[in-house]
Amino acid sequence: MLKNSASHYGLISVVLHWLVALTVFALFAVGFWMVDLSYYNQWYRTAPYWHKSIGILLAMVMIFRLLWRAVSPPPLPLRSHRNWEKRVAALVQFFLYVGIFVLVLSGYLISTEDGRAIAVFTWFSVPALGALFANQADIAGLVHEYTAYVLISLAVLHGLAALKHHFIDKDQTLKRIFGRKS
Amino acid sequence: MKKLLLAVSMAAMMTVPVQAADYVIDTEGAHAFIQFKISHLGYSWLYGRFNTFSGDFSYDASKLEASKIQLSIDTNSVDSNHAERDKHLRSSDFLNVSKHPKATFVSTKIVPKDGEAFDLHGNLTLNGVTKEVVIAAEKLGEGTDPWGGYRAGFAGTTTLTLKDFAINTDLGPASATVQLDLTVEGIRK
Repeated sequence: MLKNSASHYGLISVVLHWLVALTVFALFAVGFWMVDLSYYNQWYRTAPYWHKSIGILLAMVMIFRLLWRAVSPPPLPLRSHRNWEKRVAALVQFFLYVGIFVLVLSGYLISTEDGRAIAVFTWFSVPALGALFANQADIAGLVHEYTAYVLISLAVLHGLAALKHHFIDKDQTLKRIFGRKS
Repeated sequence: MKKLLLAVSMAAMMTVPVQAADYVIDTEGAHAFIQFKISHLGYSWLYGRFNTFSGDFSYDASKLEASKIQLSIDTNSVDSNHAERDKHLRSSDFLNVSKHPKATFVSTKIVPKDGEAFDLHGNLTLNGVTKEVVIAAEKLGEGTDPWGGYRAGFAGTTTLTLKDFAINTDLGPASATVQLDLTVEGIRK
């Protein structure tokens, strides 16, 4: 029930998938919005604080997700999927994972160039490594921005592909990620 | 003939003006500072500085009006001791350093005042906008240094209105202007 089987996603993978999906879209929206806030906006300090806190928590969830993947591998692709579909889907999923880690790392490098730690709400903080290379905050900022656009585009593609399988191919692809029917 | 030569050379010595000495600003030893302060919300001061700049001046104590100075500031070196804020200061919201990597000041006129004080007029180019500014300056001191050189030091201050230099980000009514403080020590070339 908690673990994946060869044909079905277990509860933990399902929850992880939707938690990460929701968080990624929320972080993108907040990030897109917060960079243009005026100085006197009441969210000027709060929005980045939440964005960073949730970003760090997302990284922890993603590390757990990778571990869980090793413990309980995802089900096999549907037999009805064509070979190129399987390959492209796997590639997109791979880059979704990579993208999230690149975003977390680049975000970390923006905020920690001066040696300041990143506070995760009031719970704990992630220590800084300081400046690791020249123009760190600017370069990391650009990487963060462009990776965010690429990641969201890939996520939308990933979602549209699932909808295509659901409505056009009428197969189990989308239903599977909502969990086992029992 | 000898007398004539002597007379000519004497005359030459008297008519040739005392040459203003040329100085290079001691950025190598970091005895020069370009700092700024701006009000935060009207409640306190925020200090920052430019870490990288260069410049030279010519100076003659007996003929101050003839002195000149020029400065070139690497805007990318802005440092307010906060990486996120410095990134924001470098962006197009403020200094737009990718488009305007240099700020310059070139003096145009010096008006001596009482004692060692003087008004330093010049053109400041910042964020691509050139505007005449007046720096209230004074000589702090000059003389030989312990290592065989000769140094002269000055300090000056001026207040810039951010909007004048096309910096339109609204930081609130108390933060429309920024005070620029310059301290330069020159080593005679």
